[in-house]
Amino acid sequence: MDLFDILISASFWAAAIRIASPLIFATMGELVCERAGVLNLGIEGIMVAGAFAGWIAVWAGLPLWGGVAVAFAVGMALGGVHGILSVPFGLSQHVVGIGMTLLATSLTFYTYRVVLPEVSSPPKIEAFQAFEIPFLSKIPVLGPALFAQTPLTYAAFVLVIVTSLVLYRTPLGLAVRAAGENPSAVAAQGLSVTAIRIGAVMVGSGFMAVGGAFLTMSAFDSFFFDMVNGRGWICIALVVFGAWKPGKALLGAILFAAFDAFQIRLQQTPIGAVVPYQVFLMMPYLLSILALVVMSRRAEVPAALMVPFNKGER
Amino acid sequence: MRLEPIANPTLPRRTLPPALALIATFAVAALLVMIAGGNPADVFGLIFKGAFGSKFALLETLNRATPLIFTGLAIAVAFRAKLWNIGAEAQLYAGAVVTVVLGTGALPLPAPILLPLIAVAAMAAGALVLFIPALMKTRFGVDEVVTTLLFNFIFLLFVSYLLEGPLKDPMGMGWPKSARLVPEARLPRIIEGLRLHWGFGLALISAAVIWVIDAKTTLGFEMRAVGQNAEAARFAGIPVTKVILKTAVLSGGLAALAGFSEVAGLKGSLTLDLSPGYGYTGIVVAMLALLHPAGVVVAALFVAAIFVGADSMSRAAGVPSYIADIMLATALLLMVLAILLTKFRVRRD
Repeated sequence: MDLFDILISASFWAAAIRIASPLIFATMGELVCERAGVLNLGIEGIMVAGAFAGWIAVWAGLPLWGGVAVAFAVGMALGGVHGILSVPFGLSQHVVGIGMTLLATSLTFYTYRVVLPEVSSPPKIEAFQAFEIPFLSKIPVLGPALFAQTPLTYAAFVLVIVTSLVLYRTPLGLAVRAAGENPSAVAAQGLSVTAIRIGAVMVGSGFMAVGGAFLTMSAFDSFFFDMVNGRGWICIALVVFGAWKPGKALLGAILFAAFDAFQIRLQQTPIGAVVPYQVFLMMPYLLSILALVVMSRRAEVPAALMVPFNKGER
Repeated sequence: MRLEPIANPTLPRRTLPPALALIATFAVAALLVMIAGGNPADVFGLIFKGAFGSKFALLETLNRATPLIFTGLAIAVAFRAKLWNIGAEAQLYAGAVVTVVLGTGALPLPAPILLPLIAVAAMAAGALVLFIPALMKTRFGVDEVVTTLLFNFIFLLFVSYLLEGPLKDPMGMGWPKSARLVPEARLPRIIEGLRLHWGFGLALISAAVIWVIDAKTTLGFEMRAVGQNAEAARFAGIPVTKVILKTAVLSGGLAALAGFSEVAGLKGSLTLDLSPGYGYTGIVVAMLALLHPAGVVVAALFVAAIFVGADSMSRAAGVPSYIADIMLATALLLMVLAILLTKFRVRRD
């Protein structure tokens, strides 16, 4: 297949949107946390926990959307722990985040082994199926890519719009952004910086968990130990790449996913026969690092990101 | 709520929170063991027996502690200077790769010359792997947490490529595995007949050296100053960028020694599962040690004991060995909280 043929094929763009979906959820989650001033490095572990929680809930008999709700709730609970440790106690967000990732991952693996002892391969569930939107899905290339996806993918796009509206058009969004830019001003308004930040971390962590659940409930139909595989860390890079803005972050996630889909197809071409497959697999991580280096100079970091707020200190 | 610094913490104030954190960790683990249908007292007993119960168990614990001392030191050195090195895993593998490249017969040298040479080369490779993210931090302001994390994935893929390509053992029956080291490149055992190699000795020596650097040298002082307040350090005339880069070299080199010691001391060849996450566990070790080099040795022994003990407990009691990872993550989070509470009082508004 010619390289250009790949780029104009509908299946390529459909794959790109599918790959982007979990990243969109988790990137929005991280973005909400960071806009409120908290770097959430628990993201990788929270995605693992969400992937497991949603899947096991459906396996136990809940409907698919019930599974999504369970994943969201598990994410919120883990976010709550992160929030309490990092906000009122002001502990190092790096250490708390890494600790949360270790805790969430090991709790997930432990629960898996307790619930499913002695299974050689994990059971499958009836995952979300593609839902073709009438008329729109018939548009050439764009139709199959955007309008013949699973409901969870549509939800990811809705989430970007909602996040953007709430952040920029509501008093709540203003309070969240102010907590990340100028917490003293928030406190002067009589609002609780602590409550706003913990709330943002909980909701954001919920989104991350749903991003993980996308993997087990929409992209695949089962749970594997290494399935998140660094996606959380990539989402942190995507937030920087998107300059902490939902729209730009969405664009970054799609670009990134398109590149990922492209490298998978490149492996099938004559180039793939010469270049070791590991080089292709490295690409997403290298691209993330490159994005960080290019964007770091220009990025508008929330002024109070990683700065604990202790009332009465200033 | 509000945090209020305590001017002169009393003895109970300084010791009670960490003790409670440890007790709470075991309480959480006990609860999870009960959920899994186990008896906590039996399980903890089996973990203790599995880690210390026999000569074999004890040596296994010391062997397992060895790479953790190296990675724990690497993290402690870096975190002291607020260089967030989460990439010890990649640096470990860098050291292991160099050990295999130089140790499989490329250099026909006697052991007393070959071993130090390989160790230094391994350290240089690990240093380089951390130097790149450190340079990105000082040059472009790129957060090193994310870059060092991403490097772990990149480097592991690189090792996978090496083991299926240039470094693949032609006698390895198709397994992605390197050739075995020549005898001159193997770290000897400390006592003949006991399964404990000189990597453990080197780890203790490294801890002592870091202690001296911390306490007695200008570099040690500068690293701490940069970690406490980079702006103030710069104002005081400390070359902050240089200190961060030096820290990176030291930290990366230490993590690489873990790879050197595992290959030259324990395994004798390189496979993709050389490290079950020693680079990440090093973070827990360093934090439990309060970033102190002597503490790292104690914490590494504690962490290794839990891992080795949990492995053997899991076989006997049927409780998943992931209980060890949960205990360590819980201990990490509760311990940083406890340390805070030794210095601050929580006040209601």
